[in-house]
Amino acid sequence: MRPLTPISPRLRIALGLGFFVLFFAAWAAVTLGGLVSRTFLADPITMLQDGWYLLSERGFAEDIGITVWRVVGGFVMAAVIGVPLGIAMGAYKPIEALLEPFVSFARYLPASAFIPLLILWAGIGEMQKLLVIFIGSVFQIILMVSVIVSATRKDLVEAAYTLGAGHTGVLRRVILPAAAPEIAETLRLVLGWAWTYVIVAELIGASAGIGYMIIASQALLATGQMIFGILVIGIIGLISDTAFRLANRSLFAWRFA
Amino acid sequence: MSLLEITGVTRTFPGVRGGPPVRALEPTDLSLEENDFVTILGPSGCGKSTLLRIVGGLDRPTAGTVTLDGRPVTGPGRDRGMVFQSYTLFPWLTVAENIAFGPKQRGMPAAEIREIVADYIDAVGLRGFENYWPAHLSGGMQQRCAIARALANDPRVLLLDEPFGALDNQTRMLMQELLLSVWETHRKTVIFVTHDIEEAVFMASRVVTMTARPGRIKSITPVPFGHPRDYTLKSTPEFSEIRLKLTEEIRSEAIAAAKG
Ligand SMILES: Nc1ncnc2c1ncn2[C@@H]1O[C@H](COP(=O)(O)OP(=O)(O)O)[C@@H](O)[C@H]1O
Ligand SMILES: [Mg+2]
Repeated sequence: MRPLTPISPRLRIALGLGFFVLFFAAWAAVTLGGLVSRTFLADPITMLQDGWYLLSERGFAEDIGITVWRVVGGFVMAAVIGVPLGIAMGAYKPIEALLEPFVSFARYLPASAFIPLLILWAGIGEMQKLLVIFIGSVFQIILMVSVIVSATRKDLVEAAYTLGAGHTGVLRRVILPAAAPEIAETLRLVLGWAWTYVIVAELIGASAGIGYMIIASQALLATGQMIFGILVIGIIGLISDTAFRLANRSLFAWRFA
Repeated sequence: MSLLEITGVTRTFPGVRGGPPVRALEPTDLSLEENDFVTILGPSGCGKSTLLRIVGGLDRPTAGTVTLDGRPVTGPGRDRGMVFQSYTLFPWLTVAENIAFGPKQRGMPAAEIREIVADYIDAVGLRGFENYWPAHLSGGMQQRCAIARALANDPRVLLLDEPFGALDNQTRMLMQELLLSVWETHRKTVIFVTHDIEEAVFMASRVVTMTARPGRIKSITPVPFGHPRDYTLKSTPEFSEIRLKLTEEIRSEAIAAAKG
């Protein structure tokens, strides 16, 4: 194959879907063909039946809603605090000198390790779930946004100064618009990570949510339900990621010009 | 008193990675009158950009002063518009929005901005491309837009640092004529840095040559041709004579520069 040669959009979609089909076919083959015990892995049909049961009888839609709400809530909190701090750090070097070492350190604190502490501090209510996601996301956002802002093209900044912009003018009219598309991409990435934090938070000390359902199903050895839950996370992730990507593309069309 | 006075301007850069300091510019004096078109000609690395950036306020001299209208230059400002060799249009703004950047910064009313933008779009021949992003323009068009952006801000002095350096020869010649015709209408005071001898003579009222690094002014040659000028000027004997004189001057400097 010739490297880096683009393919047609139709072939791209066909190949992408093809792998999903292949994956499900292989799954169906090993489970329905009896190669794997049903105790460990449900077959796709059982999985769908279990899913329908969860949705129709067990109010699983509500669990999904709660989990989405937690992800969005924690993520928005982290973005609202992390993006401005990251911009301030990237743009103003004294602020960077002040915060960078601490943020770099805090970034390596695993959010899941905080769960026991957070349960002590905030109980097992919603605040604790939001805080897990917040802690897991906010330092990443600060650091990545700061790096993006630091990398603003100096020649554009200089051009703005020679056009009469002052320091705030440069921040508002050059640094922010230049960094915006990459900040949005960063948020898209972090939103993906927030999904892993929320499930971890729900595996411990929760009474609702997708993660809680997965743990509850484990007690019943209901592998079909567990797999359905995991699949739902994947599908929601795919949808939100695609929506984010499309929004970025239309908001920052100049980047893709 | 002249419009722009460069007096004893020197620049020494601190050594990089423990190396010795780099003396980029020896004490330089130059004064420009209103409506002057000065080109600065010198081998690459002789300190042309350094001098221009100091006038623009983007760099500080180690010693010496630059004054504009008698006031010392301490930083960049809208009274000194700049066009760089690299493409510096704001990629998130359209052609029209790029040209409007300066007037908008001043808080000019929208109707007035529209008028100015339309004028300069016409002056640089970008009608029909107002709503294009820079990424969709050729290099020549980007530089025309950059010139319009600088002029729309109505600076006292226009500083151009090898603005056509990255363009192919045909485009370059068209751009020279275009810039001259804009200058003939607006009569801005211009400092134009180039390493192209023909370009330097064609555009200028005076050509300043610089020595190899550390750069200092070697000669100032008046160019006596009237305006408007067009490309046929380049094939006259008078033009060739000046070009030859400058070629000889620059040649020895280029040899010195090549030896390092
Ligand atoms: N920021 C800097 N730090 C160190 N040396 C520099 C810097 N800028 C320019 N120089 C040096 O100063 C000399 C003159 O550079 P410059 O003014 O860009 O030359 P020109 O524009 O005539 O090609 C060069 O030798 C260059 O390496
Ligand atoms: Mg240069």
